[in-house]
Amino acid sequence: MSWADTILQGVLLGGLYALFAAGLSLVFGIMRLVNLAHGDLIVLAAYLILVLVSGLGLHPFLAVLIAMPLMFGVGWLLQSYVLNRTLGPDILPPLLVTFGLSVVLQNGLLQAYSADSRRIPAGSLETASVAIGPFNVGVMPMLTFASAVAVILILNRVLYGTELGRAFRATSDDATTAGLMGIRPNRTFAVATGIAMAIVAIAAVFLGTRANFDPTIGPARLIYAFEAVIMGGLGSLWGTLAGGVVLGVAQTVGGAINPEWQILAGHIAFVLVLLARPRGFFPRAVD
Amino acid sequence: MHGRTIPWRVETRTKASTAFAMIAALIVVAGIIAPIYLQRSTLQDLFFILTMLVLAQSWNLLAGYAGLVSVGQQAFVGLGAYAMFAGVVLLKLDPMVSILLGGVAAAALAIPAGFFAFRLQGAYFAIGTWVVAEIVRLVVAQWKTLGGGTGTSLPGAATRAMFGTDIVQRLLGIRPAQAVDVICYWLALLLAVATIFTVYRLLRSRHGLALASVRDNQEAARAIGVDARRLKAMVYLTSAFLTGLVGALIYVQKARISPDAAFSVIDWTAYVIFIVVIGGIGTIEGPIVGVLIFFALQKLLADFGSLYLLALGLIGIVIMLFAPQGLWGLFASRTGIQLLPVRRLLRGGPLDN
Repeated sequence: MSWADTILQGVLLGGLYALFAAGLSLVFGIMRLVNLAHGDLIVLAAYLILVLVSGLGLHPFLAVLIAMPLMFGVGWLLQSYVLNRTLGPDILPPLLVTFGLSVVLQNGLLQAYSADSRRIPAGSLETASVAIGPFNVGVMPMLTFASAVAVILILNRVLYGTELGRAFRATSDDATTAGLMGIRPNRTFAVATGIAMAIVAIAAVFLGTRANFDPTIGPARLIYAFEAVIMGGLGSLWGTLAGGVVLGVAQTVGGAINPEWQILAGHIAFVLVLLARPRGFFPRAVD
Repeated sequence: MHGRTIPWRVETRTKASTAFAMIAALIVVAGIIAPIYLQRSTLQDLFFILTMLVLAQSWNLLAGYAGLVSVGQQAFVGLGAYAMFAGVVLLKLDPMVSILLGGVAAAALAIPAGFFAFRLQGAYFAIGTWVVAEIVRLVVAQWKTLGGGTGTSLPGAATRAMFGTDIVQRLLGIRPAQAVDVICYWLALLLAVATIFTVYRLLRSRHGLALASVRDNQEAARAIGVDARRLKAMVYLTSAFLTGLVGALIYVQKARISPDAAFSVIDWTAYVIFIVVIGGIGTIEGPIVGVLIFFALQKLLADFGSLYLLALGLIGIVIMLFAPQGLWGLFASRTGIQLLPVRRLLRGGPLDN
């Protein structure tokens, strides 16, 4: 395996991390809420898709179309009935409630599906690849990266080109004044978390078809998502993609040198980026 | 009519706290002589309670008083434990000296870790500390002489030769392994008392007053010359040192270590967060109440495995949503009783009779 090939695989892996991170970035941007259960919600969505695939015999890409509105509902309910109660100047309640939720989700899934690792079967797509120039590129990694780009394009379009996006940005800037203009912040927050969870469903289908998963892998996904967001710079979705790519490349290059260094190399790249550029590559938000 | 005017003075003591100080002294004395009248299994339970209490107090100092929500306390537990192992296995030091080494190693880690994590604001600080813990775990797993990813055991001969075991053995007429448990228990008691005392003293000092002012209004505190960053760094370092010490002590008693167990986010951070949240965050009494409830729940429900953790998570969420000041906070706000008060009260003057 050549170095160029390793780096290309890393770039495509970065697409997966950007998908993990896009929802986290959106929710933080709008309500300054860091959801520590984000990774576990990705795993929850992966189990949901697995149930749809194995129970109804659906193709994973069809299952994700059903999972997206379901996860939107999960996000909407979660925000309306739990997380909206925790918002305020104090950062403790949202952190501790979402941390509790993370533990609840992990152990609920353990109880329901045991600790066995699972995988979403995707048929011949799993191993399909196409030759691009000198490289053999897997179809699934390419689809992952393309989905990440599509998700970011659509999100940016929604944020800067629609009434909903204007409501998001207005609530983010000043929830009280936005309320005076007829926007209901709590409902806006619920829609935002719903959208984030729909993106989580997309991330989950690529997580579940790419490799094995079990109920305990959520926190590590949260950390990757977080690293991508911070490296990219708060408030910039394209930055998040860049952060994901840096993380993916660092992991594949580290793993090519020594398989035990794969994860460590990603974390170290994150620390180095943060030391060199404390606000990430493309910082937009002031906080 | 003017009565005798008592000069103004600032106090933190209350009637309840004076009474509690005497009861606490009795409890500590009863705790010291406990190995005479308690069975070994009860002592081991007490060891568990006391070590969790130290972890809870140090996390509470960070999150409840300095506003630094760490989800990476396992970095300090794990590194403290591994430094203790290195001291005993590689440097052939006495386990008791190695425990100190564990605390020093954790404090030494806190300097670069803090330098890094303090760049992250508020909520992101939490995940930053988690990243630090993951990095330390992955690096330690590469340490082949201490068992790498699979871990290693503490040589039995080394712990049995720990300072004081022969005296305890003769004094209580027990076997060496039991003597090790007794010494670990005493160390845990000492550490718990010292931690509570340290936290209490810190909060009653001018640093504690400065911390409270930063918590209530960071800008106003800065305007009157409080260096919030330096204060938070000091609290972070203190908490890391205490956590490292107790991590090392826990693993002297466990005598078997692996990276996954020593850097477990559930064992060393999730449990601790639930203890503090259930008991009452931002109070010294809260973690004490919390650890007792946590222990009772564990005795009752531990057989249910993941259901137990599920229940604990739900209780934590419900308390945070509906009674964010915790059980002790509820009790204190209803009754006005504070056993370890740190709030300053103005006494004396013409109004006081």
